Amino acid sequence: MLRKMTCIECPKGCQLEINEEGGRVISLTGNQCEKGLAYGRQEIESPMRILTTTVLTEGLDLKLVPVRTDKPIPKARLLEAMALISGARLTHPVAVGEVVIKDLLCLGVDLIATRSVQ
Amino acid sequence: MAAALAAYQAGVKDILLIERDQYLGGILNQCIHPGFGLHHFKTDLTGPEYADRFIKQVAAAQEIEVSLRSFVVRLTADRELTYLKPGGMVTLQPRALIMATGCRERTREMIHIAGTRPAGIFPAGLAQKMVNIEGWLPGKEIVVIGSGDIGLIMARRFTLEGARVKAVVEIQKESRGLVRNVVQCLEDFQIPLYLNHRVALIHGRDRVEKVTVENNETKETFELTCDTVLVSVGLIPENELIEQAGSPDPAKPNLPGLFVCGNSLKVYDLVDNVTRDSQKAGEAAAEYLKNA
Ligand SMILES: Cc1cc2nc3c(=O)[nH]c(=O)nc-3n(C[C@H](O)[C@H](O)[C@H](O)COP(=O)(O)OP(=O)(O)OC[C@H]3O[C@@H](n4cnc5c(N)ncnc54)[C@H](O)[C@@H]3O)c2cc1C
Ligand code: SF4
Repeated sequence: MLRKMTCIECPKGCQLEINEEGGRVISLTGNQCEKGLAYGRQEIESPMRILTTTVLTEGLDLKLVPVRTDKPIPKARLLEAMALISGARLTHPVAVGEVVIKDLLCLGVDLIATRSVQ
Repeated sequence: MAAALAAYQAGVKDILLIERDQYLGGILNQCIHPGFGLHHFKTDLTGPEYADRFIKQVAAAQEIEVSLRSFVVRLTADRELTYLKPGGMVTLQPRALIMATGCRERTREMIHIAGTRPAGIFPAGLAQKMVNIEGWLPGKEIVVIGSGDIGLIMARRFTLEGARVKAVVEIQKESRGLVRNVVQCLEDFQIPLYLNHRVALIHGRDRVEKVTVENNETKETFELTCDTVLVSVGLIPENELIEQAGSPDPAKPNLPGLFVCGNSLKVYDLVDNVTRDSQKAGEAAAEYLKNA
């Protein structure tokens, strides 16, 4: 299957054309450097994203605490992670960087606070 | 905060930081996405994390006094300012004044979209505040007007929160946002981006029902049903107070002892540059005080 994507490794934004089968790259064109090749391969084989969102609080001085994953997670699992996070409630104060949800979806990634809340 | 800290480090020891909100950090608090601090801190932070680093520095600088929930309502040419705070009104005349009041969003009224005036049309930054600070999703089916970074980031944010973003409509031939944001905010979620198109009409009686989108070249139109339209069409510096003081151009305030920085001077894309220039404003104010 032919896939088109934009390389985001540098501001040139090369348009990559990738011939892929079953999640494996067969050929890649349009890149102007090696980074584009690595990017295209990663995006086809296992695209990863940092997730940033908010968690509802109870009894704290902000209604929401902003959070992010401390490492990228598979793009395909973003919405699943969101479903889990939307059911979570933070009931104790946290400082920036402290864990709000441990081992999110058993991915070995923690959800951490990006703002302190009392 | 950057200006106050720079003035402090340059030897000024009596500094008051006035903020109308209940916390420091300004717009950064609602920008929960990453992309901040790559230059200044050499690491990729979210908006609240970037703010937090400065909040801690300000807290550590004991001579910087912070006054929250304090709304400056009046400024005169000789730097006499008046602010309201819980329980009272304060007037003071600092020897030097740094204005860092940020910016405002352009609204639908400023870009002339025809149609009715139903509920459900929001400036994108206001919608960002509703979702990220107040925890309230203002709609379920969204059309975004404008493909700058704020529009793109809000398209992703609404999608993650379970809304359906029908399209981002951009009047120019290219997105005004970073390629990274086009990819990770739109392509990741298969949100269509209509370049060289404009929203010609907004329909709906009480609430938005649909929009008519027009191709700028062919003039062909199509409709998208939606209950919410986010308008992300740019920012304008907030400097009513400087105008009130009698100086129409904030870039050249022409009032001795008055300095302007951040988005109230000009609209910045990167907070790192706001920090850098605000530090210069803080140093300039310190210099002015030495010579005054
Ligand atoms: C949606 C969005 C996304 C962005 N994304 C990025 C990004 O990914 N990376 C990046 O580097 N930059 C980004 N930026 C840009 C950057 O964050 C801002 O330019 C920067 O934070 C602006 O700082 P500021 O201090 O000038 O203004 P603000 O943060 O707006 O601060 C102004 C402060 O002044 C206060 N104030 C105003 N008037 C009064 C008054 N009369 N009395 C008392 N207080 C008053 C306000 O309450 C506010 O706290 C983004 C901006 C926006 C809006
Ligand atoms: S392929 Fe290389 S040159 Fe092209 S956008 Fe990617 S990093 Fe930049």
